[in-house]
Amino acid sequence: MQTFDLGAEGLRALNSSLHALKGQTNMTAWEVINPKGAHAIAAGVDAPVDITVRGSTGYYCAGMNKQATIRIKGSAGPGVAENMMSGTVIIDGDASQYAGATGRGGLLVIKGNASSRCGISMKGIDIVVHGNIGHMSCFMAQSGNVLVLGNAGEALGDSLYEARIFVRGSVKSLGADCIEKEMRDEHFLIIEDLLRRGEAEGKAKPEEFRRYGSARKLYTFNIDNASSY
Amino acid sequence: MSDFPRTPPRYSATFTPAVNAEIRRAAATGIYDIRGGGTKRHLPHFDDLLFLGASISRYPLEGYREKCATDVWLGTRFAKNPIHLDIPITIAGMSFGALSGPAKEALGRGATEAGTSTTTGDGGMTEEERGHSKTLVYQYLPSRYGMNPDDLRRADAIEIVVGQGAKPGGGGMLLGQKISDRVANMRNLPKGIDQRSACRHPDWTGPDDLEIKILELREITNWEKPIYVKVGGARPYYDTALAVKAGADVVVLDGMQGGTAATQDVFIEHVGMPILACIPQAVKALQDLGMHRRVQLIVSGGIRSGADVAKAMALGADAVSIGTAALIALGDNDPKWEAEYQALGTTADAYDDWHEGRDPAGITTQDPELAARFDPVLGGRRLKNYLKVMTLEAQTIARACGKNHLHNLEPEDLCSLTIEAAAMAGVPLAGTNWIPGKNGGF
Repeated sequence: MQTFDLGAEGLRALNSSLHALKGQTNMTAWEVINPKGAHAIAAGVDAPVDITVRGSTGYYCAGMNKQATIRIKGSAGPGVAENMMSGTVIIDGDASQYAGATGRGGLLVIKGNASSRCGISMKGIDIVVHGNIGHMSCFMAQSGNVLVLGNAGEALGDSLYEARIFVRGSVKSLGADCIEKEMRDEHFLIIEDLLRRGEAEGKAKPEEFRRYGSARKLYTFNIDNASSY
Repeated sequence: MSDFPRTPPRYSATFTPAVNAEIRRAAATGIYDIRGGGTKRHLPHFDDLLFLGASISRYPLEGYREKCATDVWLGTRFAKNPIHLDIPITIAGMSFGALSGPAKEALGRGATEAGTSTTTGDGGMTEEERGHSKTLVYQYLPSRYGMNPDDLRRADAIEIVVGQGAKPGGGGMLLGQKISDRVANMRNLPKGIDQRSACRHPDWTGPDDLEIKILELREITNWEKPIYVKVGGARPYYDTALAVKAGADVVVLDGMQGGTAATQDVFIEHVGMPILACIPQAVKALQDLGMHRRVQLIVSGGIRSGADVAKAMALGADAVSIGTAALIALGDNDPKWEAEYQALGTTADAYDDWHEGRDPAGITTQDPELAARFDPVLGGRRLKNYLKVMTLEAQTIARACGKNHLHNLEPEDLCSLTIEAAAMAGVPLAGTNWIPGKNGGF
């Protein structure tokens, strides 16, 4: 285990060390102490390593992550795992705005609640939220899956493309062009898989979720839909 | 019929035939007009400025003998690897999607041969452009189509796009005709839909967040790449100051003459300010912060000739950027395709329906047959020629003003032809020492 004291050594030294790791490294276990809400912790990592951040993080922790498994033993500030390509990010606490924004792959697990705009413009990432998600979540979400064990705030899935949203609790309101859709066998399998990978097995059952997706009515501009935009 | 003279038919200056035609078009279709390009209205522009040239108080440099340097460094503030270009004329961001792959290749070829950079666009980085562009600026846009850390790291600079001159406050638009399989795949979108990308970044709002976003991008790229911030010409004094405060290495300022691949005509014609009015405000912001020349300023929007380049630089820009002019140099809107322009209901030099993807010149299209008309090697050569001519023109003017580097041009080398231009550019009206508003400006 490599222990890195962020308070003593600084962000640049941490990220330089992490970026220097290559695929075959045997330095696979890292621990970051004294994060104290710093921004861009472990952003841009591209190696199959495990990084545990002991405390809460500021903006863009694990931004553009590839391959790494990053655990935050606290809460995460805005834009955690933004544009993640692959790997896994697990937050023990809550996540602020834009969690998983534009994420293109990998898995983001939020064990507490996620704030507004969770999964905004997501492009292939999977997101599992054990608690609730805030307003405008999955705005313009393009692809990937979001699984919410709690409730969703206002305007869920506004201007949605092809992402799938599964919510177990209530949805305060749906955004433009977002509708509830039927659950088919394939969707139960997706949920089962997300519950397992999202460390939520036993917390919920696939049949408790409802699915939301795009009505695809705004894909081509039509003046009669102008009031929906 | 009376024999009295009749009042001849008189067109309204308000309800002109063109205005009425647009009302009829709107009434018939129920949709606003979408088009490409920049504003077509008459605006105060570089044409309203003149150089004074040398006289007794200043002496000129020999046109063909004395050196007039043209190089520029970009990104010297924080980046470990600032960019050094041979000429201060860069190629603006234009997306693969809006342009064909061969057109992007041609931009890379021409710019590289001329010693300057190209810029990606709202569709991600293509091999055509990375492969042929020695210096490539990678745009970081609200849509984040194709965004990934590997392309960030193989870029030579990163341009965070907040806005563009054709539509400050608007997002990208690429209509279904141009969303081919390849374009759709690069953008993670269904094929053939009308793509309207976001106008705001998904994970930051405001200058304080921007500072943190810039930190993240620097961390991911090891503080190597210059980071540009591009804004549309709306509030250039404050936008420039805030970009500097957020940590930008370079500010890119695009006036309303700057083009777009597609947006609403009403947006293009009625939002934003002409570049002439923008440059002095941005320069003042940099000067007020003690950052003029330390944070470089690239300006764009209606740059057509070496005279425009020289005027922009005399007003305080470090470099300029061209988009529309580069497309014309490649062969867009060429009268040799007139019969086909006519078939599309338009004419050469007026064609602006780039969003439809039926460009006879094969440049603003994803149609394989049309795109095949365009030869990227020849296009690259034409662009190189044009960039060389612009550079020679700018040098000609600079030498006449006694300057041994384009960067030494200054507002004192200029006068204005109109009161409007004098007020906007902060340059005295010709034959006077009058700058309207100088003692009570913006």
